[in-house]
Amino acid sequence: MSARTQTPRPQTPRTAGPLTTSIRAARPGASARRPTSRLLATALVLTLVAIGATFLLDPYRNYQFALIAATFCATAGLTLLIGLTGQLSLGHAALMAAGGYGYALAANALTDAGVDGVPRFVVSLAAAAAASALLGLLLGLAAARLKGPYLSGVTLVLVIALPAFTAVFSGVFRGDQGVQIAYDGVPPALRTLIAVEQWQAWVAILVAAAVVTWLAVLRNGPAGLRMRAVRDDETSARLQGVRAGRVKVLAFTASSIAAGAGGAVLCFVTQSVSPGAYTLAFSLLLVVAVVIGGLGSLLGAFLGSIVIVLLPWVIQTATGALDLSADAAQRLTGNLPVLVFGVLLIVVTAAWPGGIRAALPKRLRTKRMPRRGAPPMQTSTVAAAEPATVTPTAAPRHPDPEPRTSPAAEPIPTTTER
Amino acid sequence: MDRLLFLLATGLARGAIFALFALSLVLIWRAARVVNFAQGAMAVVATYVAFAVTGLTGSYWIGLASALVAGGLMGLIVERGVMRFASHASPLSGVIIAIGVVMVLQSLLGIAFGPNARPMEAPFPETPIVLGGVPVLSPYDLFVLVVAIGLMGLLALIFTRTSLGLQLRASAFAPEVSRLLGVRVARMVTAGWVLASAVGALAALLLVPTELGLNPHSADMLFVSAFTVAVVGGLDSPPGALVGGLVVGVLISLVTGYLGATVAPIAVLGLLVAVLLVRPGGLFAATEARTA
Repeated sequence: MSARTQTPRPQTPRTAGPLTTSIRAARPGASARRPTSRLLATALVLTLVAIGATFLLDPYRNYQFALIAATFCATAGLTLLIGLTGQLSLGHAALMAAGGYGYALAANALTDAGVDGVPRFVVSLAAAAAASALLGLLLGLAAARLKGPYLSGVTLVLVIALPAFTAVFSGVFRGDQGVQIAYDGVPPALRTLIAVEQWQAWVAILVAAAVVTWLAVLRNGPAGLRMRAVRDDETSARLQGVRAGRVKVLAFTASSIAAGAGGAVLCFVTQSVSPGAYTLAFSLLLVVAVVIGGLGSLLGAFLGSIVIVLLPWVIQTATGALDLSADAAQRLTGNLPVLVFGVLLIVVTAAWPGGIRAALPKRLRTKRMPRRGAPPMQTSTVAAAEPATVTPTAAPRHPDPEPRTSPAAEPIPTTTER
Repeated sequence: MDRLLFLLATGLARGAIFALFALSLVLIWRAARVVNFAQGAMAVVATYVAFAVTGLTGSYWIGLASALVAGGLMGLIVERGVMRFASHASPLSGVIIAIGVVMVLQSLLGIAFGPNARPMEAPFPETPIVLGGVPVLSPYDLFVLVVAIGLMGLLALIFTRTSLGLQLRASAFAPEVSRLLGVRVARMVTAGWVLASAVGALAALLLVPTELGLNPHSADMLFVSAFTVAVVGGLDSPPGALVGGLVVGVLISLVTGYLGATVAPIAVLGLLVAVLLVRPGGLFAATEARTA
């Protein structure tokens, strides 16, 4: 957000109404606890359903399911970052790579030390979270000072510089080849019951469930409230005592940890991590998933992850059936999905800002948390843009001079809360 | 010492290209308050057009002219076709739509021409001229410098001495007032896009012969460097783009020459982060109004 959209706006005087409600609502009390337990119950049920579903799928489908779950970790983090704080990161693939490398290096060290099985996985996952959290913290510290396109640019450069990093420190990261890890089979107790693809899907589902539940709790709690406040109007949020910089850094770090967990799961499933897997194209795909799912929506992030994992495979199958020459088929399989995603990205952003989530029936969209008198504008400022600007006759070509109305209505946590 | 001189001279030529491309980003930013992430892909499309035209006619100069026309057309199509649908309430939607444009253009180029790099001939020899025993600039580098500086001078003239330039500046800085005074602001924004895209196309066309060849991703690194340049210079400042371009060009040339080409992206990232941390609005930005 440039300075010109911020400064000239007179602050709307805050009436006693929303302020008092926000004080009452923000106080941790019995009313705040119940939804969290309901959230956990929902998460448990959904996880069990997902694990049950793996019994219905063949091994390849289970492998794809694991990929979707791993991608979901990253997109869930990204959708919260963009939707809740308005920070557009184009470099989440680099954060996933940080998690993947953290996992692989820790797993190899533990293998050398003689540790294996579940303890190795858990410790390596923690290492992945730590690695991505560190990178995310550094980026977040920069991001807190940056606005809009600047942050997007920095994260873009980061993901483009990733192969350079792995090449320069090839002693650790092994350059373009990447790091391979030992094969992690099914635990002996389950070996008669399930195949390795299904086991990998289970692990991916469990990690994704833990990460996304954590993000949902974060979003519904006071931290999420502060993030929305900073997104909608940083100045008034700061006047209310919200430490905007700290909130942004926290959001970025949380989002990176989610992405790092996704990278760790991908590394676990594919037994390797290399810069070739985390290109700019993949990073942009994550943005595509988040945008077409609906910014700020975890369900949308899940649906978007399904689309970006399955659509390339569908297109590959379709072009394989078309009986083309080898050269043409190769060009199409590589580029057609990108073309479709690009068109989707443009159309959804321009004409349908709510994404898939806004198209779902109302019942699925209602939030589990009561909104405490705030208007239902969970889906970011993009979605909140009035449809009038979409019509071709809309003449104004400059930032909308009208102050956005939402921040005044959103209950902003006051100093009493901290 | 010879090597340093050579690297500095090449860096200047490379920096002039960066400055041109960064200038195209700055022009669009001033006109529409959007960082055009699609600029690189649009420029590559225009370069493919030039490549095809040069192949058909055998003349580099007709190819260059066609690149300028194609670049301008791309600007017109992208601005009128998609960018005007970006919501102005959020800076994000412009960036996201531009990324969509990148994906569409690069995949279309990939489908049409395949991923292989096509070598592109420079109109002048690329072997350096030896001056007093020291290899300095190649004739092509000299050509690049002359074209870049000439074009920047021309743009400066357009913006400060013509009625079009006055209207462009007016609608960028005070759209409301300009409209009241009879400036067709929407048309001026489009004009800004056309002008900027033509400049960007020329920058890409000048760069490609010095690189490995033309492929759909040829301008990715150019965009990244030029974005860094624009940020270092301040997105609002054309002189900043010029100075920033020379700084980044020389930096990349020195880093590539002494530490290897793989380190160059890291150097760019380091410079970008360092500048943004010290001055989030860029070195040449006007003082930002206080927000709280």
